[in-house]
Amino acid sequence: MKPKSIAVVGAAETTRLGKIPDVSVIGLHADAALNAMKDAGLKPSDIDGVATAGISPVELAHYLGITPTYADGTSVGGCSFMLHVRHAAAAINEGLCKTVLITHGESGRSRVGAGGFGRAPSSLMGQFEMPYGVTSPPTMFTIPVLRYMKTYGVSEADLANVAVIQREWAAKNPRASFKDPITVDDVLNSPMIAWPFRMLMCCLVTDGGGALILTSAERAKDFPQKPVYILGTGESVETPMVSQMEDFTSSKAFRVSGKKAFDESGITHADVDHLMIYDAFAHLPLYGLEDLGFVKPGEAKDFINERNTAIGGKLPLNTNGGGLSYMHSGMYGMYALQESVRQMRGTAAAQIDGAKISVSHGVGGMFAASGTVIFTNES
Amino acid sequence: MARMLPEPTPETRHFWEGCRDGELRLQRCTDCKHTYFPPRAFCPKCASREVEVYKASGKAILYSYVINHRPRPDMGTEPYAIAVVQLDEGPRMMTNIVGCPQTPEALVLDMPMQVHFAKQTDEISLPLFEPAKG
Ligand SMILES: [Zn+2]
Repeated sequence: MKPKSIAVVGAAETTRLGKIPDVSVIGLHADAALNAMKDAGLKPSDIDGVATAGISPVELAHYLGITPTYADGTSVGGCSFMLHVRHAAAAINEGLCKTVLITHGESGRSRVGAGGFGRAPSSLMGQFEMPYGVTSPPTMFTIPVLRYMKTYGVSEADLANVAVIQREWAAKNPRASFKDPITVDDVLNSPMIAWPFRMLMCCLVTDGGGALILTSAERAKDFPQKPVYILGTGESVETPMVSQMEDFTSSKAFRVSGKKAFDESGITHADVDHLMIYDAFAHLPLYGLEDLGFVKPGEAKDFINERNTAIGGKLPLNTNGGGLSYMHSGMYGMYALQESVRQMRGTAAAQIDGAKISVSHGVGGMFAASGTVIFTNES
Repeated sequence: MARMLPEPTPETRHFWEGCRDGELRLQRCTDCKHTYFPPRAFCPKCASREVEVYKASGKAILYSYVINHRPRPDMGTEPYAIAVVQLDEGPRMMTNIVGCPQTPEALVLDMPMQVHFAKQTDEISLPLFEPAKG
């Protein structure tokens, strides 16, 4: 895409986050969508493009009373919304539509109107992974990590410190689920989930949603909010089975998606003021920092331990507290995007002074897919 | 509670029949010689349909794993390792480890393993792995 040709003009999360037992999945989509439309000063009749994951764009459009000329149902897990942004940018530039609404809603904790987690026993995963007792993401997403730890000498304490530093960010965020400080020892003494992963190295399970509205940069000037421009985007997919990822110490989807976004944007890593890396588990920021090229392979643990990503560090990372402390409904990518937009608008709870460029990097499935969006507040 | 079992498809039947008969069967491209897993009717490296099934050695190394402390109901009540082994022939596959305590001390990365077929039904035996003997 042409950098800065598209802008975010509406962005909002659900009114509440956390435990929302009185709203169903589609109700969370709608709550976020209504908040984002209010933020942008738009009505459903002003929207001519829809994109969502988890539910179908048909359900979304009908529920909100939208008649779109563009619908995107890309559903590749938690980074689907990064891909929706990318596809929407291309669609608007191509003239398929003018204003795209992207929504997320998930009743991860309360399970109101939510589907189940399962794979057909005849699928590849059903045949070659499910028989060995994998349950939910904590027993799958974590499988490559021992190999990564052995290769680069990463300790359990290094993993724990990722969660500790993110909790420091969460403490500044009134909407974060967990705000109390924790230590490396607290993490290492939290209940064992799937060795070497302890509870505090795993994301929360909460209810919530979010929505974004995109339009052309030209039209964006007439909206109430300060436009947040899209500089570059990337996406890729690798494998539906974590056991078949090419390299257990690096995600191919991360590398391909990240490179594409950086190439498109024309920026260097030194230009980045703020970074979001989808952290369903404590190892993801490590893989992300390396695969996006901020540090060399194996260097991420020291980069984090030296507090480069912490408050006051040179590369503030996961400033909302992340999936580990802020919230995680299941498909967290939307919340990473929301925090990037807030940082670019200058309205984040832990605002980075003078931030001009923000990178939002997502993962889908267990290293199955990836999407990257680079934002700027300079036209 | 009965263990969750695979349901073979036409493309994977040779693999599961092999496990039932005590053979770990892999596929190899007769054009580029690439060995691959999981099964499919063509070579994922060069897209050739000229592929053959052969009996693998059953030898592997322990490549990575987690120890699940919250067992799935069909897997019993004790923590168990969910592992990936790297076969001597190249491909990696998910499995469980048997004949060995399910602890970090006993499960050391890169230790040699060998296949052990665990019969589940008349049709399905699962290819599990145990520490190599001798
Ligand atoms: Zn071939």
